[in-house]
Amino acid sequence: MNPLHGIEPFPVAARKALADKQLRRNLGHATATIRDKRARVVAEVPDWEELRRAGEAIKAATMARLDEHLIELEKQVTARGGRVHWARDAAEANRIVTELVQATGAREVVKVKSMATQEIGLNEALEAAGIAAVETDLAELIVQLGHDRPSHILVPAIHRNRTEIRDIFLREMSGVDPDLTDDPRQLAMAARAHLRAKFLTAKVAVSGANFAVAETGTIAVVESEGNGRMCLTLPETLITVMGIEKVVPQWTDLEVFLQLLPRSSTGERMNPYTSTWTGVTPGDGPQEFHLVLLDNGRTSVLADEVGRSALHCIRCSACLNVCPVYERTGGHAYGSVYPGPIGAILSPQLTGIKNNASLPYASTLCGACYDVCPVRIDIPTILVHLRAQAPAPAAEAVAMAGVAWAMAGPRRFRFAEFLLRLGRLLGRRGRIRRLPPPLSAWTASRDLPVPAAQTFRQWWRSARRPQ
Amino acid sequence: MSARDEILGRIRGAVGPAPAVPPVPRDYDVSGGHITEPMELLADRLRDYAATVFTCAPADLDERLADITRGWRVAVPAQARFAVPGAVRDDPPLPYSDLDAVDAVLTGCAAACADTGTIALDAGPDQGRRALTLIPDRHVCVVHADQVVRSVPELVRRLDPHRPLTFISGPSATSDIELNRVEGVHGPRSLIVVLVDPVGSGSGRR
Amino acid sequence: MGMRIALFATCLADAMFPEVAIATVTVLERLGHEVVFPRGQTCCGQMHINTGYQRQARKLVGHHVDVFEPYDAIVAPSGSCVGSVRHQHAAIARDPVLAERVAAKTWELSEFLVDVLGVVDVGASFPHRVTYHPTCHSLRMLRVGDKPLRLLRAVRGIELVELPAADQCCGFGGTFALKNADTSAAMLADKMRHIVQTDAEVVTAGDSSCLMHIGGGLSRAGTGVRTLHLAQILASTL
Ligand code: SF4
Repeated sequence: MNPLHGIEPFPVAARKALADKQLRRNLGHATATIRDKRARVVAEVPDWEELRRAGEAIKAATMARLDEHLIELEKQVTARGGRVHWARDAAEANRIVTELVQATGAREVVKVKSMATQEIGLNEALEAAGIAAVETDLAELIVQLGHDRPSHILVPAIHRNRTEIRDIFLREMSGVDPDLTDDPRQLAMAARAHLRAKFLTAKVAVSGANFAVAETGTIAVVESEGNGRMCLTLPETLITVMGIEKVVPQWTDLEVFLQLLPRSSTGERMNPYTSTWTGVTPGDGPQEFHLVLLDNGRTSVLADEVGRSALHCIRCSACLNVCPVYERTGGHAYGSVYPGPIGAILSPQLTGIKNNASLPYASTLCGACYDVCPVRIDIPTILVHLRAQAPAPAAEAVAMAGVAWAMAGPRRFRFAEFLLRLGRLLGRRGRIRRLPPPLSAWTASRDLPVPAAQTFRQWWRSARRPQ
Repeated sequence: MSARDEILGRIRGAVGPAPAVPPVPRDYDVSGGHITEPMELLADRLRDYAATVFTCAPADLDERLADITRGWRVAVPAQARFAVPGAVRDDPPLPYSDLDAVDAVLTGCAAACADTGTIALDAGPDQGRRALTLIPDRHVCVVHADQVVRSVPELVRRLDPHRPLTFISGPSATSDIELNRVEGVHGPRSLIVVLVDPVGSGSGRR
Repeated sequence: MGMRIALFATCLADAMFPEVAIATVTVLERLGHEVVFPRGQTCCGQMHINTGYQRQARKLVGHHVDVFEPYDAIVAPSGSCVGSVRHQHAAIARDPVLAERVAAKTWELSEFLVDVLGVVDVGASFPHRVTYHPTCHSLRMLRVGDKPLRLLRAVRGIELVELPAADQCCGFGGTFALKNADTSAAMLADKMRHIVQTDAEVVTAGDSSCLMHIGGGLSRAGTGVRTLHLAQILASTL
């Protein structure tokens, strides 16, 4: 299964998700909590808009010279004792990582949550090579132990509530206390105990990267639990897989993103831990460092002038949390590891629109995502842009052409209005309760008013008003 | 063609021969001028993260640290210029299992940021290697007034990116269960910060 | 001195909700302005743009621009149509400069009243319990802010009640309501629940399209809550 697209179109998958009452409650509760938190900590930053504009511009400027920044990054990482690898696609990245792990002789790797490795299906590839990948982020662990799929880019188990998590732990975690309650603290402690030995003995870690600074060769990982620090510090070998768009030109660019990201993502002034490292530091941390630079469709996104700003995303997930569609359907309905508004513009561009044709329509264009995006990605505009590329259902194309024909001039429009008023015949007491497909999609849950006896333009003419 | 050349070629094809580079407006606040009492704000922010915060005058620091760590097995960096009675130096480097067994680690820091309640470690002599401040269950961290800056930009600009850096804002925490914050996961479960302030209230846990 | 204002009725109000366009005329004339109806007008093309029919939309946009270009002030009782004119037309029009020029003199009704005419009290009277839904495009594309609320607060006899989670989308979204009917209905259900909670007799908004969706739901559920466009309340007198 491709991690970037599902088997069902969004409306079909959404219908199933909507029927799951527990899921709706879990999501409604979680997204409301995080929305409030974010709003509070963003409101206290006097220069929030200036930071957003700076973030947007840094990303746009970086993309314009992406080749140069990547070459510089490679040079700096190499000069400091790291090794840089380039991967055109998922298969190549997986092969590189697998071979690097095999060279160490390790049969198990610890992993820091990373969207890039999910996108390429690295865990499955490692497993096929007989290497166990242990997810160490709590939510990823919940997903992994639950044989589930992530449904959110920051909190992959957002669709699960505490009781469900307890049940998964009781079922799947070896040596867990059978009296485990669903108290979040106890659950977190169970995860700590479960992973502690793995951290202290792991030989190889795999991570993603939030940012990579070209001028210094510095990589940054932003996290909360300390599992990131464990993975980035304790093993002998560290392999970081990052999308090529994660590079930023200068060290001081981080002063912008370290303000934008935590407040937007977890609604905290700062996340508990951010680690940065440059190549290899003798006597401190992994003594072997590999950086895998991943394309996997990003360069084709870059080629689209309107769509390319989807690459500016810093994966804060604020757009998911405010999205009224995401809030109701959850992440699985999107079929991609990138769900929500960002997923609806990024996934179709990464896979090509044909493989994700329904995603650009999974939005009312309400604009809440654009408002919160810390790097000001105009998601609604990109959605509309992608809709124009998506293949249209034949019946719809005919209907839309008909409407456009009717709207082309006032005479045709009057004729169309005449036809529309025939709809009055369908009405009972001023409303229409049932229409044939495809309009039955409307009347399934809403009435339609019967068209007025007189259109506005007829009224205007009959009242002999100025034209 | 190598993957490297192919990807670079694709990038150049995608952005065209002369892509416009937009100017970056840097009119955001760099100095945190609106913050009037950085030491107090730092203490507030840290408490907000559920860290324990003590304040003391420079002359009282040794006594304070001894008080805080009384009865604990404490590890300190190899080249630390401070210690508490009975402290174990990370020299030669302690095995992870030993670090896992101590009650606390005691270190200094490279800088701290009031606005966000963030402490930065740069593996300097009084902080030691990263594993030292990661594995023990408690981290006691001394922050001197002259190390405190107001804003995130000031913090970032003070640090040397070529050193391994750790930005710490409170004890480890997770929000993965129903987005409720729970403190204490894999990193130190408690963070105890001692603010050394020559002009501050001198002593006491605030 | 009164202004000469071109009414952009919008295709939906023209065909389905003429009373909204009539109310818009009533309010503007009551304030002493002349309203004209450029009869060549049809549709701004928003639905085609937003559903991905760029080629057909371009024609509609071109037509719209041609029809309204001669006028100095254009007013429409729709946040989303004005949003499209202002934020989408230039990008799609064959003549972006002309489209930009028309966009710059096109106003949503509440903006026009408050910002251009400088009026908050339009002399209306509406003694009913009302709640206001700020439609997404008015809120986030046009940033009308509290202008509609200021107009409503000045209406005599009105009892205005705050709508919980007002800024949440109602789930209409144009063809979204058909293409993703289930999700749309789920969003609508929450919006209706909030409306019913207010105990209002009337829910109002600045967009007939969202109101058609909300009203259709309220009617189907038999709630007894009516929908009225903001212009209709502002046009009411005793
Ligand atoms: S698109 Fe913007 S809001 Fe959404 S995850 Fe990316 S950075 Fe955050």
